[in-house]
Amino acid sequence: MVSFNILVTVAVIYTMVLFGVAFYADQRARRGPSRWLRSPWTYTLSLSVYCTAWTFYGAVGNAARSGLEYLTIYLGPTLVFLAWWWLLRKLVRIGKAERITSIADMISSRYGKSPAIAVIVTVLSIAGTTPYIALQLQSVTLSVAVFSDFSAETGGSDLNATAFWLSAGLALFTIFFGTRNLDANERHHGVVTAIALEAIVKLVALLAVGIFVVWGVSGGISETLRAIESSAVADWQPSPSRWTSMIFLSAAAVICLPRMFQVLVVENSDERHLRTAAWAFPAYVLAMSLFVLPIAVVGLAVMPSGSNPDLFVLTLPLQLGQEGLALLAFLGGFSSATSMVIVASIALATMVSNHIVVPIWLNTRPAGASMSGDMRHVVLLSRRLSIVAVLGLGYIYYRTTGGSTALSAIGLVSFAGVAQVVPALIGGLFWRGATRRGAIAGLLVGFGLWIYTLFMPAIGAFPVSMLEHGLFGADMLRPQALLGFSDMDPLVHSIFWSISLNTLAFVIVSLVSFPTPMERLQGAAFVNVFERGDGAVAATGGQAEAEDLLVMSQRLLGAREAQTLFQREATRQGKAGYLPDPTPDFINLLERELAGSVGGATAHAMIAQINGQASITVRDLLAVADESAQMLEYSSQLETQSREVEKTARKLREANAKLTALSVQKDAFLSQVSHELRTPMTSIRSFSEFLMEGGMDEQAQARYAGIIHEESIRLTRLLDDLLDLSVLENGQVVLNVQTASLRDLLDRAVSSAGLDASKPNGLEVLRTVEDEGVLLKTDTDRLSQVFINLISNAQKYCLSDAPSLRIVVSQSTDNVDIDFIDNGLGISPKDATVVFEKFVRLTDQASAGSAGLGLAISREIMHRLGGTLDYVPGQGGAAFRVQLPLVRVERAA
Amino acid sequence: MSKTVLLVEDEPNIIEAISFLLERDGWTVRIHSQGGDAVEAVARVAPDVVVLDVMLPGRSGFDILRDLRSEATTKELPILMLTARGQTKDRELAESYGVSHFMTKPFSNEEMLGKVRELYAASVDKS
Repeated sequence: MVSFNILVTVAVIYTMVLFGVAFYADQRARRGPSRWLRSPWTYTLSLSVYCTAWTFYGAVGNAARSGLEYLTIYLGPTLVFLAWWWLLRKLVRIGKAERITSIADMISSRYGKSPAIAVIVTVLSIAGTTPYIALQLQSVTLSVAVFSDFSAETGGSDLNATAFWLSAGLALFTIFFGTRNLDANERHHGVVTAIALEAIVKLVALLAVGIFVVWGVSGGISETLRAIESSAVADWQPSPSRWTSMIFLSAAAVICLPRMFQVLVVENSDERHLRTAAWAFPAYVLAMSLFVLPIAVVGLAVMPSGSNPDLFVLTLPLQLGQEGLALLAFLGGFSSATSMVIVASIALATMVSNHIVVPIWLNTRPAGASMSGDMRHVVLLSRRLSIVAVLGLGYIYYRTTGGSTALSAIGLVSFAGVAQVVPALIGGLFWRGATRRGAIAGLLVGFGLWIYTLFMPAIGAFPVSMLEHGLFGADMLRPQALLGFSDMDPLVHSIFWSISLNTLAFVIVSLVSFPTPMERLQGAAFVNVFERGDGAVAATGGQAEAEDLLVMSQRLLGAREAQTLFQREATRQGKAGYLPDPTPDFINLLERELAGSVGGATAHAMIAQINGQASITVRDLLAVADESAQMLEYSSQLETQSREVEKTARKLREANAKLTALSVQKDAFLSQVSHELRTPMTSIRSFSEFLMEGGMDEQAQARYAGIIHEESIRLTRLLDDLLDLSVLENGQVVLNVQTASLRDLLDRAVSSAGLDASKPNGLEVLRTVEDEGVLLKTDTDRLSQVFINLISNAQKYCLSDAPSLRIVVSQSTDNVDIDFIDNGLGISPKDATVVFEKFVRLTDQASAGSAGLGLAISREIMHRLGGTLDYVPGQGGAAFRVQLPLVRVERAA
Repeated sequence: MSKTVLLVEDEPNIIEAISFLLERDGWTVRIHSQGGDAVEAVARVAPDVVVLDVMLPGRSGFDILRDLRSEATTKELPILMLTARGQTKDRELAESYGVSHFMTKPFSNEEMLGKVRELYAASVDKS
């Protein structure tokens, strides 16, 4: 007999395999795109998270009790995937365009990024999912108990402990693989791959039991069919209303269940995968349902009467002595339960964190909180705590209701709960007149009715008297027979009332309420997602300070990602550096990027906070007006034409401005050169005249000769710099390309810069030598010249009591970045744009002692070397980034 | 009391050269090397002649000149302006603001000393 210990060992080993697979997939994803990680098959298999332990075990039980009704659970998704896959495509397309993180985010974003809707859908999802998680925990503990019963073991099988350790293990797995990245829109490759593996295990397990039953027990297909014909199951008559409700419910569930939305939309890496999933997922579901009826019929015939048909998949092989098969079935059920719990808790934790915890955290902070503190840590921590809370809630629910029959009905109850978002979701996708108030009204009505008519009765929270005589004894208010509709099945009754009144409230309130401009914009973006180039119209356009936005984005996206994004956008706008103009396009893009981390509503609020505007600009209103349906085509033509005209005019203006600027620059340059040359010459001429007069003492003579010497050196250095710059600018420079390690170059530069750290206020250079092991193939002398210039600048200009310069090296696939960050006051945004100009010195001439050509030369050098030199704002002190394309060189042996 | 020159200039070596040149000739030379509060320095020192550089930290010599010319007490004060930029339009600008004399660096010692004496003598004659 299989002992409890063997069972636990198998479960633990299996879990470790899952960890391993998830870990490997995560590592693999980090190294770049991989064919099988992004394959449509992995995507399709991950969708099987639809089939939970409730379907794995419960379908057979359902078939034993209600005949073919179990098929409805498979028919709904099949209908959606075969007939309505364009609806799924729309969801996926919007999900990507708006960087949607959850079903709550989706609906909230559609209705003007409403925080209220996000909270309602989140609460609804928690109410619907918590019992479902408890159901999974129960299925695992029950299956463990089955083994204990068969092996007649008494000790060591504390079921509550099993459930507890299971929840803890799942929390660990989910936190480890579900919150590695902050951006929920970045896919959880590890989780998805593990789920895909579990999908295979549960399918194989169910098929194996089915094949054993048909050929091993019944003796073949025809014998099995005869057995079905003669069993009680065949006499069962379908109820049309119940079938319709169930198919509707399962169709709604496959889209709206938080875990389904997670794998279907959020984890989707390529819209084209839907083409495969459209037929492969129904095929998977069909395979899962293939042997349900034979197992039920044979189970009823073979098992002693009174056995729980919900556990036939497990007890049948055990009864017939097939322990290996039973173990496989156990793993199948285990897989079904764990995959559901993992994905559901990721989805719920994202919602709870983005729509409840983070907004509250932001609100309890003084204004401008998004600018301070490490948001990344807050968001990650809140997500991790939410996972623990969600699983804890499921465990507590299991402990308080566990073992009661209440749980087994909860699957459909859950489906009915999440189905309440269908009117707001589908209505929002296809009807532009749908409004936020309408959605809230529908959701609240549906949610309330669901709780009253289905959820509370199902968990046994209402006393019998209330079920029979209604609330306050009012007959009309009987939870399962509202307004006297007493002949209906409780499930059908609840669905009928909740969904129809939900839809009615949604439509009526939408018709009588007026949408805000923000809602209209988002409504248009969602409904017309296939007509628009890139998602939503810009909804903001205020005076956001680019630097503030960068500082905030660094906190959320991470410094490197944020800087790359800002640099890319600045380049696209034709600007150098890291600060693009906060145009509506840019704000919109940034908002979507941030939405991937904290959800649409929160991202919008954060940007509005910095932008200093909570709602909508005149420009947005004009955009809304343009959106008017009849005018759409006409206005888009006009828009194209006027954009062309505007473009040409702007080019002319730019060219003109450039010419004027060039002329001004030339004058300024000549003035500057003249000044830099004449100043030392003044001293030289004056003192040489004194010396020529003669008659002064030796000491004075020596001193004046010294000044003349010093000033002529200054002249020479200036001429050298000017020539250097001229050669670099004319492109006449010959590069002397050599291979050298970055570490050696930095060593050389630091020693050549002539630092003296022993002096009071001497500059201290802080390096991370481990990161500097990069081989560079470039003109190393020129690069050293840039390094020396940056180091000696820090030495000259860093005004700190203990001045220090950090040299930070980081690599991406194409570039190596070398950041020089001092701990001084930094450079104001205004000065940061001119610091690379020739002859610019931000401090007094006296303390500089140079002509102000150093950074101009350095930037030209970097340009010649194919790299860049930029000022990076928002790093504390002054920060310059040298960026070089990485030419991979074989390391010499 | 000896006559006083206020030298508004920020290059140390040029300050040393002009100071040596004028002190040897019997002038008291007071130095100011900031542009920002140069007008206040003129009021405090009340010099007989001002030697004013154009490119100063804080404020340009042109602005200082304009301010001095709008004050009743310094309206007629001899101001010798020095520039290293050497562009004609700088000279025109200085003259439009009412500079007493405009000199381009580098200058000969003789020229500088002669001009300071000449400006002083002219201002004494006028008053």
